Amino acid sequence: MTVRSRIPFYVAVFLLITAGISFATWRHIELGIPWMTGEQRPVWMIEARVDFEGQGDPAQVNLHIPQQPPGFRILTEQAASPGYGFSILESSGSRRAEWTKREVTGPQTLYFKAQFVPDETAPEQRPARPPRPQAVFWEEPQATAVRELLSQATERSSSPESMTRELILLMQPDNRTQNTTLLVSDENYLRLLVRMLNHAGIAARTADALKLEDARRRQQLVPFLQIYNGKRWLTFDPRTAEQGVPENLLLWRQGSESLLDVLGGDNSQVSFSMLRQTVPALQLATLEASSNGLSVLSFYQLPIEEQSMFRMLLLLPIGALMVAFMRIVIGVRTSGTFMPVLIAVAFVQTTLVPGLIAFLSVVAIGLLLRGYLSSLNLLLVSRISALIILVIFITAGLSIVGYQMGFNTGMTVTFFPMVIIAWTIERMSILWEEEGPREVLAQGTGSLFVAICAYLAMSTPLAGHLTFNFPELHLVILGLILLMGQYTGYKLSELRRFTPMKAYD
Amino acid sequence: MDWISPRSLTRLGMLNMNRRNVDYIARYNERSSYPLVDNKLKTKLAVSEYGVTTPKLLQVVRQQHEISHFREMAEDLSGFAIKPAKGSGGKGITVIIGRDGDDFVKASGARISVAMLERHLTNILAGLYSLAGTPDVAIVENLVQSSPALAKYSFQGVPDIRIIVFQGYPVMAMLRLATKASDGKANLHQGAVGVGLDIGTGKGLNAVQFNRPITLHPDTGLTLENIHIEAWEDMLEMAARCYEATGLGYMGVDLVVDAQEGPLLLELNARPGLAIQMANGCGLLPRLKNIEALKRPHFSPRERAQYAMEAFSRR
Repeated sequence: MTVRSRIPFYVAVFLLITAGISFATWRHIELGIPWMTGEQRPVWMIEARVDFEGQGDPAQVNLHIPQQPPGFRILTEQAASPGYGFSILESSGSRRAEWTKREVTGPQTLYFKAQFVPDETAPEQRPARPPRPQAVFWEEPQATAVRELLSQATERSSSPESMTRELILLMQPDNRTQNTTLLVSDENYLRLLVRMLNHAGIAARTADALKLEDARRRQQLVPFLQIYNGKRWLTFDPRTAEQGVPENLLLWRQGSESLLDVLGGDNSQVSFSMLRQTVPALQLATLEASSNGLSVLSFYQLPIEEQSMFRMLLLLPIGALMVAFMRIVIGVRTSGTFMPVLIAVAFVQTTLVPGLIAFLSVVAIGLLLRGYLSSLNLLLVSRISALIILVIFITAGLSIVGYQMGFNTGMTVTFFPMVIIAWTIERMSILWEEEGPREVLAQGTGSLFVAICAYLAMSTPLAGHLTFNFPELHLVILGLILLMGQYTGYKLSELRRFTPMKAYD
Repeated sequence: MDWISPRSLTRLGMLNMNRRNVDYIARYNERSSYPLVDNKLKTKLAVSEYGVTTPKLLQVVRQQHEISHFREMAEDLSGFAIKPAKGSGGKGITVIIGRDGDDFVKASGARISVAMLERHLTNILAGLYSLAGTPDVAIVENLVQSSPALAKYSFQGVPDIRIIVFQGYPVMAMLRLATKASDGKANLHQGAVGVGLDIGTGKGLNAVQFNRPITLHPDTGLTLENIHIEAWEDMLEMAARCYEATGLGYMGVDLVVDAQEGPLLLELNARPGLAIQMANGCGLLPRLKNIEALKRPHFSPRERAQYAMEAFSRR
């Protein structure tokens, strides 16, 4: 006589389901785990190639590599350089790849490869403390020209950004006045710009960028201008005064550090080639998982063996949901509540048709042998134990015969849970004796039907993908099963069973 | 395929499996009372204090070695029934109605040797028929001699009366008659005939076999509507009394009418089936709701039986 309000129950189920879905959505957004299988994401593979001439001395090659280029995330990094010691040095906000070798002669080629994922939400690199404009000293007559230009630009602008834009425009060839021509030459244009901006009290520096185009080789870095506006570094194209980093632009170097240092080598140069790749979104998420706090709640960190075990285990709730649905809503009769799920799990490993044949033959042979056992007048426990051993014999026999006949699928019988099969045989046999073969057939086909349905649900790639990558979705399954536990409506089978009641309606 | 719409089932007030489990069994039956009804031996002892009579207990076989005593005890018995205490749905019940030399004669007429009976007892002790496969005890009871008035309707076997008792009120009843198809057993899903009984009078309403309406018994050819149960009010009262004995709010009470001893309780069932509704041609839900809506329940079994006869009579 416990009549409790069901509202807390429904609230709890609602919370479970929303928690499951929202957590999954959150992880989908944060970690980029795809909803569907086989989703692809673009990735830029960029290869920096360093060439130099060895002089027979120890060589140390030092290449600046990007840390947090705006709009991208670094996925993988690797160096290919036989015979060289390699390490990545990180110090005070800059990262450098360093190759070392004791004796180097002749032309040398070193490769550094990195994969970049376009990501608008990638965190920006912020300077630890605001940079100060450097003091710049000018000689006459440049000093006057600079002052003149700067005052022009200041007049037309209101902020460091607009000031920079105006200054760049003023220094373009078609806008040049006498003052500018005096200052600008092709080689020193950018350096001049940086110095002038610093002189005007705006912290400025150069940056080197790569224009990303698919399958380009031997690309050089393109210089860009960066100014600090008090909050962050802003990037300008020094040729067009365009502000911001376009999507296809990867800032390889920011700041004043050198790009390449070679000790013990001559004629060093660096060039870049790039390739646009697509990577399964899932692989991407897995690779990135290690760098994200959320990944604690996923299985990617586990050893591969445990991962594959969990892949299987996490399918079970789908089978359980299927059994609950079939029994509660449809009203299929099964022999043993969760026997169908275990059979379905075995089917997942054996695939359907060979599994079905193997299962049916084991049960059929088992039933025949059980007929003999029942005449032996054995105690229940020893009869079941004997049956388990017989089932093992049968499976072994089927495997060997199958193998000798050239069916490797015969071997898959071993995936079936022996004890469950033994009990199934025992129950079926008793059912046969008590209720007749009709009932055996009804429950047997019911169990197999549910097992096949559960197998079909569990073997879809999407089910495996969602259950493993979004384990929190099991909360939703749990909620659904709890809801079904409160289903008091008619089963589908009852609509048929109660048909004779039509006469009284 | 023939289907009935859920709407007309609702209109008929048909109780379904899920609702029975969630709204009645889970709500009104205390888990702790289950062992009382799942174990026939415990049931016997519990109800005897409340004046409910059961078939006479001849022997309880608890241990394997006690089986040898069975042989001695059965030596001079002509009729008895062996039952697993924790059996369900009539499983494992063997009814012996006579002897043929050293062999025993089952209700179906088949011969069975003492050795086979002992094997049967062994199986019962090992828990073959018990609900969870747990070790069990076997009880040997006096054979019920069905009263001739009812026995003539049944093909072999003893006709039994199933009464659904809800919170102590008998709400629906049916008579179960064994048939050839059911192998002398009174289980509806094995092919026994279910005859709905009017709670008000104890008279037959309509009958079903294999869920299909029938008017004549398939084996005896007797018209089932003429059935009338004697001492109906006493039987209802007896069923109602089981509520006090067990505390189960929703249960099935199985009674038989013995020629000598009158109504006897065979067993109680904490999860009574739904087929009784088909035998009665009406749903349980309106009656259950009627009882649930009672503001002042009656305290004595007799009053409850009388209320039920008043409220649920077909007239």
